[in-house]
Amino acid sequence: MKTYLLWVVSWAVIAIVLLMPPAVVVTEALKNGIGPALETLKDPDGIAAIWLTLEVSVVSVALNTLFGVLAAWLLTKYRFPGRSVLLVLVELPLSISPVVSGLVWLLLFGAQGWWGQALEQAGIHVAFAVPGIMLATLFVTLPYVVRTLVPLMEQQGRDAEEAAMLAGAGFWQILWRVTLPGARVALFSGVLLTTARAMGEFGAVSVVSGHIPGLTETMPLHIESLYNGYQTVAAFTMATLLAVMAMSAVLLRSVPEWITRWREKQA
Amino acid sequence: MKQTFLTFLRGGESALPGYRLSLAATLVWTGFFIILPLCALAIRPWQDGMGAVVGALHDTRMFAALWTSFSCAAMAALFNIPLGLILAWALVRGELPGRRFADALIDLPLALPTAVSGITLATLYGPQGWLGAPLAKLGIVVAYSRPGIVLALMFVGLPFVVRTVEPVLKNLPRDLEEAAVLLGARPWQVVIRVVLAPLVPALITGFGLAFARGVGEYGSVIFIAGNQPFRSEIAPLLVVVRLQEFDYPGATAIALVLLLTSLAALALVGLVRRKFSAWGDAA
Repeated sequence: MKTYLLWVVSWAVIAIVLLMPPAVVVTEALKNGIGPALETLKDPDGIAAIWLTLEVSVVSVALNTLFGVLAAWLLTKYRFPGRSVLLVLVELPLSISPVVSGLVWLLLFGAQGWWGQALEQAGIHVAFAVPGIMLATLFVTLPYVVRTLVPLMEQQGRDAEEAAMLAGAGFWQILWRVTLPGARVALFSGVLLTTARAMGEFGAVSVVSGHIPGLTETMPLHIESLYNGYQTVAAFTMATLLAVMAMSAVLLRSVPEWITRWREKQA
Repeated sequence: MKQTFLTFLRGGESALPGYRLSLAATLVWTGFFIILPLCALAIRPWQDGMGAVVGALHDTRMFAALWTSFSCAAMAALFNIPLGLILAWALVRGELPGRRFADALIDLPLALPTAVSGITLATLYGPQGWLGAPLAKLGIVVAYSRPGIVLALMFVGLPFVVRTVEPVLKNLPRDLEEAAVLLGARPWQVVIRVVLAPLVPALITGFGLAFARGVGEYGSVIFIAGNQPFRSEIAPLLVVVRLQEFDYPGATAIALVLLLTSLAALALVGLVRRKFSAWGDAA
């Protein structure tokens, strides 16, 4: 009896809090049928927003993976003064408000920022332009690769690496052939989290973007302008697309686990 | 001092190659992307003179916005404690039907882009929404006011509570409860003394994480909040407003308060974890 009550209450909470929102997204997008929904995706500003989002995600993943791997190597293979400070620093963006994550770049590169005017005179636009959007997204997504790699690489220790070193391998060889193959599942997971966050980032990007349709609007920003312009179907269609993109990145993280399970069953 | 510097240069006892390269890369990366922005945040408000700082402290709209953010985030985190506890219990102990599906759904608020959550919650709880319309008939207005902010923050904060309580609940030996019953404890005594007491550190942790996230949350809140100054304007939105007015010191002042608050909340979480780690696997 008590168990049934628990089940009913739990599923009621899940249905109201967690199931209804995605249902609303799809229902609102398909309010007038699937044709009009798909039609809204042909809007050139929308297409530009999709491209910009993809570009920003690729840049964020590339840079933060490269530096994230090197930082994880540094933080797990050596013990040096200042290591604990670095461990805190690389996680810091996770606890900073998205809006603040955008603001800091305006303080540096905005019209009233430290270097904004100098760069502007040199013809380099950062604030209210694509480079600003890149910087804000890079900041927000910085922690994900490092923080998924560090616990695993720490656990692996450095015996394998030391053996490879004694066998004559250099730094890149050890990293590429010994460390990363062992950490590939964690790396994969970190890359996907970076992707999902980069695609969906709203607050930080909103502050530095300037909201120029077709030029500096990413998908989340375009969703905002469509919604505020009462283009509900278009807004929710774009929202469905973005949600599917971000959530499939998050869900893909379980693929390695499924593969191992499937292999165990086969064996 | 010299010794410390030398270990720093050599990378301790590890003989693995690549220390200086990875150190240089990491210092450049964190230096440009973390230390530099934080320095700008800490230094910029003072550059326009003390007048600007004093002016920012007289800004009543700022205090109203900060209060809205803090109180709504605290309320949302508080409401999430019983909800998160029920869900964690159902997932770990309750043998909930559809457990794997439910488990995957718990992380949905973290995976859903905040702008999508924002317009969705505004529609769901809006005057014509699936939940907003019935509530409006009962005379309860949610959207475009403070309850809307709390609801949106509950949505984004719920996974933090469930996910911190879950592992502790898993590690809690069932024998303890049986032993308590055998020793003559009443059911409510078992619940409070044997089950809830060891969960307290995890609950505080969940509360702290949800609060820290809620204070700075922007995208999922602004569409449902109404954004009226002094009433339903959250602090992150006021940062944006100040920036649009080119009031950089004003924006930075609010940003600093937000940053310090979430850091304080997370420091508290760390403290609780360390203090109770003697109890076993507290979170």
